[in-house]
Amino acid sequence: MSKISLIIKREFVAKVRNKSFIVMTFLSPLLFVAIGVFVGYLSTMKADQKTIAIHDESGMFVREFKSDDEFKYVDFTSIDTKVLKDSIINESYEGLLLIPKEIAKDSLSNKIQYISNDSPSVMFVEDLENVINTKLTQENYTKAGLNVNAIQNAESKVSISLAKASGEAALKGLNEIKIAIGGAFGYLIMMFIVIYGNMVMRSVIEEKVSRIIEVIISSVKPFQLMMGKIIGTSLAGILQFLIWALLGLTAMFVLSSVFGIQMGASSGVNAEAVQAAQQEMGGSLALYIKELWNLPIATILISFILYFIGGYFLYSSFYASIGAAVDNETDSQQFLLPIIMPLILGVYIGFFTVINDPHGTVATTFSMIPLTSPIVMMMRIPFGVPLWQIAVSLILLYGTFFLVVWFASKIYRVGILMYGKKPTWKELYKWSKY
Amino acid sequence: MSNILEVKQVVKQYGDYTALNEVSLTIPQGSIYGLLGPNGAGKTSLIRIINQITMPDSGAVFLDGEPLNPSHVQAIGYMPEERGLYKTMRVGEQCLYLAQLKGLSKAEAKRELDYWFDRLEIQGWWNKKIQELSKGMAQKIQFVVTVLHKPKLLILDEPFSGFDPVNANLIKDEIIELNKKGTSVIFSTHRMESVEEMCDHIALIHKSNKLIEGKLTDVKKQYRTNDYEVGILTNNVEGLMYDLSQKFTLSPTDFKSLHDELKLQINLGTATPNELLNTLIQRGQVTHFVEKIPSVNDIFIKTVSEK
Repeated sequence: MSKISLIIKREFVAKVRNKSFIVMTFLSPLLFVAIGVFVGYLSTMKADQKTIAIHDESGMFVREFKSDDEFKYVDFTSIDTKVLKDSIINESYEGLLLIPKEIAKDSLSNKIQYISNDSPSVMFVEDLENVINTKLTQENYTKAGLNVNAIQNAESKVSISLAKASGEAALKGLNEIKIAIGGAFGYLIMMFIVIYGNMVMRSVIEEKVSRIIEVIISSVKPFQLMMGKIIGTSLAGILQFLIWALLGLTAMFVLSSVFGIQMGASSGVNAEAVQAAQQEMGGSLALYIKELWNLPIATILISFILYFIGGYFLYSSFYASIGAAVDNETDSQQFLLPIIMPLILGVYIGFFTVINDPHGTVATTFSMIPLTSPIVMMMRIPFGVPLWQIAVSLILLYGTFFLVVWFASKIYRVGILMYGKKPTWKELYKWSKY
Repeated sequence: MSNILEVKQVVKQYGDYTALNEVSLTIPQGSIYGLLGPNGAGKTSLIRIINQITMPDSGAVFLDGEPLNPSHVQAIGYMPEERGLYKTMRVGEQCLYLAQLKGLSKAEAKRELDYWFDRLEIQGWWNKKIQELSKGMAQKIQFVVTVLHKPKLLILDEPFSGFDPVNANLIKDEIIELNKKGTSVIFSTHRMESVEEMCDHIALIHKSNKLIEGKLTDVKKQYRTNDYEVGILTNNVEGLMYDLSQKFTLSPTDFKSLHDELKLQINLGTATPNELLNTLIQRGQVTHFVEKIPSVNDIFIKTVSEK
């Protein structure tokens, strides 16, 4: 067996046998599900209904406020405002809306008051304003001698339907689905880099701290050791992801078979209605599914693998050389920041810029820069990226990757034999020239 | 006698700092070779070059007459000064791993391990983790790992630092045993007692330069000062002292003896020992007559402080 495969095997076994690896692998999906269930449970809980007192001296608006689950509007026009204000302070009501008798249009708009102990949400105030505005506008139309019904009929509500130049139908909301798919892959790459890059770093530090490093590099080249470590660790990570994927699929299969039967049983009562609904939904659903199949799935998967490998190797060789440069994990912080920054930048650009303008200058530029391209390009690909752009970005990524590995292995080679002092950036640069 | 290792004019620089300045060494086959020098002299730099951990800036190293190449890794057993083992790995697995990295097959490694574990009576440790072992126990494992692949050349950097006396003795005996079977050994150390006891050749490196090299006896001859320690029983001390001081340089000295004699250290200058003896015999009874041979420690301190 060649030396590098021996190293890969040892690193892999050391990671996989580690208790924290086993715990992480099997506990974190559980935790994930538990959090999901908890959040779901929280969102089903309804907030208490709040009572809003309305003192409407004009008498124009009070009937326009419709109570719902969240707010109950009560007409307290007959009660003195002073009493009402006191009861607000005593917290009998959430808030008090005061509308004066004077309805001289423009002047009124400044005289309406909302009184409460807690400051209301912007949305709630906007809702109140909307109700009053609508009513006032209608009044104004009437006063101006316009027919309110005619105006309402004249209002149009256009919904632009989307289509592609190729003549296929397009769907709204597809962008969200695309960014979700691209985002999931991009985010996966980032998470993998952070988690397993850190593991590579820790494993390098461990070899330094236990002082075994010199024994090993008297048998193998530091470069072999570094690459073996990076590959071995990544294999452990891939195994972990595979286990998660398998668990996820099993869980989905079990859930769908259990709940699928239940759904079928309960829908028997109202089968016709369900069928009708399904047909109606089915139309657009089929279109969505068709649209999803039209995504460049092969391109997405192949680029995912390429960007995953390129990105992971690029970053983990940084991590390895940082591990070699320091004596303990605490010292690594100052060197880690510049590594984490581009990763976070990539995710932000992905979620804020790509979704708005997938082929704009910013998104395109950052999908070329090697440090962010694995994340940003993965997010762009579902929107359809010209092949030459992917090719250029990959060439840049792998070119940088070889440069960085070469540079990192130089720092690594010197760093692993240095003890006792925390190096500066300048010293790291000097090491690369030894 | 052929040479197991030849170092030819090796230069190594780290930035502006010269760690080795045209150092040449010749290490004969089958010798126990002491590589001496104060801390920071360049010993470890040289050893790392021999182990191909770093490359020399210029110069060359020959193992068994061949320029160093990656296959030589298997021919060398190296115990660095900064040494350790994976703390959470099991002893057996770890030894197998390190032996395989040296190029042994798994079966060979297993066979050698059984031999050494039997020999050092540590059979029961196979499944223990290093962190469960005491420091002395871990050091035994470290030694086994170093010699497991039957290296032709054993390089030990400060081998006894951190060993307790019992283990140090045990390891010393094992090293001598290996040497008898033909393994050449390089000791790098600044502890002179072990050198005096074990080495047949030495080299002294100081401030990146080699100052002395050769057979231990030759080096000692080279550094002999013609000083003799003399004990003599005499009635006429003053007369004797007068006679002696005419021809030689005298200084008082002390050594353990059974008599209450006159004890002197005498420098012969250009005279022969027999001339001194003649002078002494005429004046009294000689009880002690020994050439003062410089210890390695003396040579070391003398050379280093001169520079």
